Amino acid sequence: MIFKVFAKEELRSFFDTLASSNKVVGPVGIGKDRHGDTLFAFEDVDRFGDLRLDYTTTRLPAKRFFLPFRESMASFSLEKGDWKKDISYNIDRPHIFFGLHPCDINALNKLDKVLLGSAYPMPYYAVKRKNMFIIGIDCTPQPYCFCRSMGSDTALHGFDMFLTDLGDRYFVEILSDSAYNLLKNIRTSDPVEGDHVHYMKVVSEKTRKFVTRVDTTDLTKILDMEFQSDVWKQWGDRCLGCGTCANVCPTCYCYNVDESVDISLQRATKDKMLYSCTVIDFAQVAGGHNFRPERHSRLKYRYYHKHRGFVEAYEESLCVGCGRCGESCLAGITVPEVIASVRGEEV
Amino acid sequence: MDSGRQQSRTYLGVPLFRPRVGFFELSSCEGCQLQLLNNEATLLDFLSLVEVVNFREAMKERSEDYEIAFVEGSVTREDEIERLRKIRENAGILVAFGSCACFGGVNQLKNRFSLDWVKNEVYGNSPIKTDFVRPLEAVVKVDLKIFGCPVKKEEVEKIITHIALGQEVVHHKYPVCMECKANENVCLFDIGEPCLGPVTRGGCDSWCPTNRAGCWGCRGPAEDANLEQMEKIMKENGFSPDTILDRIECFGGFSVYAEKLRKDLGDSR
Repeated sequence: MIFKVFAKEELRSFFDTLASSNKVVGPVGIGKDRHGDTLFAFEDVDRFGDLRLDYTTTRLPAKRFFLPFRESMASFSLEKGDWKKDISYNIDRPHIFFGLHPCDINALNKLDKVLLGSAYPMPYYAVKRKNMFIIGIDCTPQPYCFCRSMGSDTALHGFDMFLTDLGDRYFVEILSDSAYNLLKNIRTSDPVEGDHVHYMKVVSEKTRKFVTRVDTTDLTKILDMEFQSDVWKQWGDRCLGCGTCANVCPTCYCYNVDESVDISLQRATKDKMLYSCTVIDFAQVAGGHNFRPERHSRLKYRYYHKHRGFVEAYEESLCVGCGRCGESCLAGITVPEVIASVRGEEV
Repeated sequence: MDSGRQQSRTYLGVPLFRPRVGFFELSSCEGCQLQLLNNEATLLDFLSLVEVVNFREAMKERSEDYEIAFVEGSVTREDEIERLRKIRENAGILVAFGSCACFGGVNQLKNRFSLDWVKNEVYGNSPIKTDFVRPLEAVVKVDLKIFGCPVKKEEVEKIITHIALGQEVVHHKYPVCMECKANENVCLFDIGEPCLGPVTRGGCDSWCPTNRAGCWGCRGPAEDANLEQMEKIMKENGFSPDTILDRIECFGGFSVYAEKLRKDLGDSR
């Protein structure tokens, strides 16, 4: 890994260099909530001044840029008694992601394992993923963040460069050739001993700020043992089955496919929509049988996929601890509380 | 079906059944029918899939010879019962078209009051025949419901296309939240607005929440809607029992739950 430092004001010209010929996506403020706190979202950014690199957590993850909520997989047109199929991967140029937190970078790394690493990679994802340039940035742990428990508080790979705020300078980790070459456009210098010390101080301060923890010790086994536990029923009684947890999750990738014929009967489309395992008909199969007709069984399987099945398959959980699901759940169902209750701890 | 009849369309070489359809209205604003007529860009495509033989809002001709009847509105008068039974006899398939037909709609709000009070409030001393509001299925068998106030034209077109192609008509079972999130909206509870999106059947593409207006439940309950939790959430977010009740009983889709809620609140109001 190559490290550099540069003065903060250099970042604006770095942004301008990138934005002049690329599409830049980054955190921006989109209004205030009822408590007066700023709501953040990942949006297309044209001006450096619109970026809010001090953002807490966006309500929705950045996945809509590489796993859109809705996406056309193919369209068909009828012509002269014959038909034609068109496939578009729905991306026309690379995207620069300016300011992703470690949790969201780790989420991408997890998605890669499923969507790129399997026997049948998903081209709709791959094309977008392979055309990303990612600038990570450090964050301040929020009360709902438990990324440290999930091993996602730092990103080791999956980005081009990563910025850490050292007050008047940025400390930058460089992972890719393109980042190295692009950084030649601004004034950088090699870090000195003082920068290393400062970096380590910032990191240890960040670590001390975590207040929420999830005990993952032996969790796969405990989940196996507690499959019939009453706590699932209790959480299921609260669950709305609205699918919001999966929709705001940076690692949920399940989807439904819908084929529809246009009313002109001249065109048809095959569309994908991100779906959620907590929604009533997620496990309904042809013939009408529903394997998980009850809310508690659907909620349970969401936890089993993320914290048991995925761990057994990939030796890591399919959760980065960003806390978005708990923050968005109107019924107040949070991962730390659910896991603690399954472990028999006081909630 | 009558195979000798005019078949104007084929799909992948297969001739399509083009049903004769009628549109009718009982007590309603006729807004659902208007939605169809408003869809000018695809109106001709729509008409090529069905033969409209009765549509008072759109044409002069009347025929009682139809296979599918789309009935908008709720039943509020004796003569409407007669009409509806007649339509049911004529039609092979009867479709409840819009929230009034499916649940009673906004009209059923009057069921909360005495008929005398309602008549006097609206019509004063003029004599008027009116009864409590009922959805179509309280009077006749309903084969298909199309939800919404008003119905969503894209959804109606999709249903018509499915009927023409002989495909099953399936409604979304999930609540409005699914589409609201897909539209990347800020949750209305985050900005302090009440919303029934978590318990209301989706398919509207979160029409109201996308425009920053909380859902009023016009499409009725989603399957497996957790109304007990919804009530708790509304309370936790500082909304009064009356705010909750107003929304729950506005369109009649949640009538069983609304009645229970009204009873529970009875003493405290």
